[in-house]
Amino acid sequence: MDTALWAAKTGLDAQHTRLTLISNNIANINTTGYKRGRVAFEDLLYQNVRQAGAQSSQQTELPSGLYLGTGVRVVATEKLFTQGSLEQTGNPLDVAITGRGFFQILLPDGSLAYTRDGGFQMNADGELVNSSGYQLQPGITLPGDALSVTIGRDGVVSVTQPGQTAPVQVGSLQLFDFVNATGLEPRGENLLVETASSGAPTSGTPGTNGLGILVQSSLETSNVNVVEELVGMIETQRAYEINSKAISTADEMLSYLTNSL
Amino acid sequence: MDKLLYVAMSGAKQAFATQAVINHNVANASTTGFRTDLHAMASRPIWGAGFPTRVNPLLVGNEWDRSTGALQTTGRDLDVAIRGAGFIAVQGRDGTEAYTRAGDLQLDAEGRLVTASGHPVLGQQGPIVIPANTGIQIGGDGTISIVAQGQGPETVSAIDRIKLVRPDVDRLTKGVDGLLRLPDGEAADADADAQLATGSIEASNVNIAEAMIDMILVARHYETQVRMMDVANENAGAAQRLVAPAG
Repeated sequence: MDTALWAAKTGLDAQHTRLTLISNNIANINTTGYKRGRVAFEDLLYQNVRQAGAQSSQQTELPSGLYLGTGVRVVATEKLFTQGSLEQTGNPLDVAITGRGFFQILLPDGSLAYTRDGGFQMNADGELVNSSGYQLQPGITLPGDALSVTIGRDGVVSVTQPGQTAPVQVGSLQLFDFVNATGLEPRGENLLVETASSGAPTSGTPGTNGLGILVQSSLETSNVNVVEELVGMIETQRAYEINSKAISTADEMLSYLTNSL
Repeated sequence: MDKLLYVAMSGAKQAFATQAVINHNVANASTTGFRTDLHAMASRPIWGAGFPTRVNPLLVGNEWDRSTGALQTTGRDLDVAIRGAGFIAVQGRDGTEAYTRAGDLQLDAEGRLVTASGHPVLGQQGPIVIPANTGIQIGGDGTISIVAQGQGPETVSAIDRIKLVRPDVDRLTKGVDGLLRLPDGEAADADADAQLATGSIEASNVNIAEAMIDMILVARHYETQVRMMDVANENAGAAQRLVAPAG
């Protein structure tokens, strides 16, 4: 069929994808460490129907050509790594990152993933794990008789044990940073994995080399802004409507043709 | 057959093509930095023996709307929008220099600064490559400064400057990839007066209301053409009845 119908169809497709992303953002408004996504649109290739400057006769040339656009496509969905606000939880194993960096998590298959979600828990062996039970890397093991746990701004984990006055250092948390964090691939479960585009992770002590610092007993909330998403939703809906109107107009034109001749 | 039929047919055909231009604009109502495609009809008289009574319409459409789209604040470090006139210079797929106002920039796997559609952004000497860093900032004049990896924020260094240009907009035409270019592969000079707003992107300049009205107008115009075809048909029918043998 004609370009008119297909161009509008691509518009519907693209707006629908955008709505999917907006719904996902809104659904994750309370997900710890969630970073909002957004879509990037690109106009599709133009059809060169008539080349500008082509000869219309031996002596004359066409003053202007005709390029017909063929619509739009979603070229990328990218995550926006802006800082979410911190929420005080009072739980000593909750750690929020303010600034750059990710925690490293060991997946059950032995590969590594990265997360901003610092809602850690202890497993039966006293190891620090995320809410899915995957181990934090480098691993931290807390002694079973620990009375209190303190995690410093620089990641040092120390515990106090019965009968001892001085706290004992049991390990330290490391942060991992990427040249291009937008290039990380979201895996679900608040985890992101390394890709060719993100670059290799570099590790460091929190607070050094431009890495963020850690805040104990806090969690980083999602950076989704409801108002922004709502405005996006309205915009998407209106754009969707006008695209479907464009399809019905093209359809009416064709049906007028078939009915009146 | 009456020649009227063919004139009406080309009118209808061009009207449908116009609808395609409008639909492309509408489809790109949310594309960052998109410039509306304009459409116009040119008249093409048919010269022959006698007086030229037939004038065919011809859709001309590689002009684009120069107006600026609304700025949207995103807060992202690599989002830039151009304040006022000007364009960001990028490298097209064919290696030539092209211009765009889409400033939702990203880094690709090789560390190059690219637009969302993957065109490398040009600096003072060719495509910009960003070294490993822990912080990146784009200044109002396009200067990119980074904090190199392994160093503190006191070591901010400027590495390159995005090539911003302000060529004569009337000489820019849209290519098949949607980017704007100067004729004959000419490259514009960097302009120090062009200013960026960082942390913002420029929305598409498609005017939905205008597109809607255009759509209605074109649909009615199309119906008129189809009606003319019908009239041509009626005329031919009437003529046939006149010469038909009585009885």
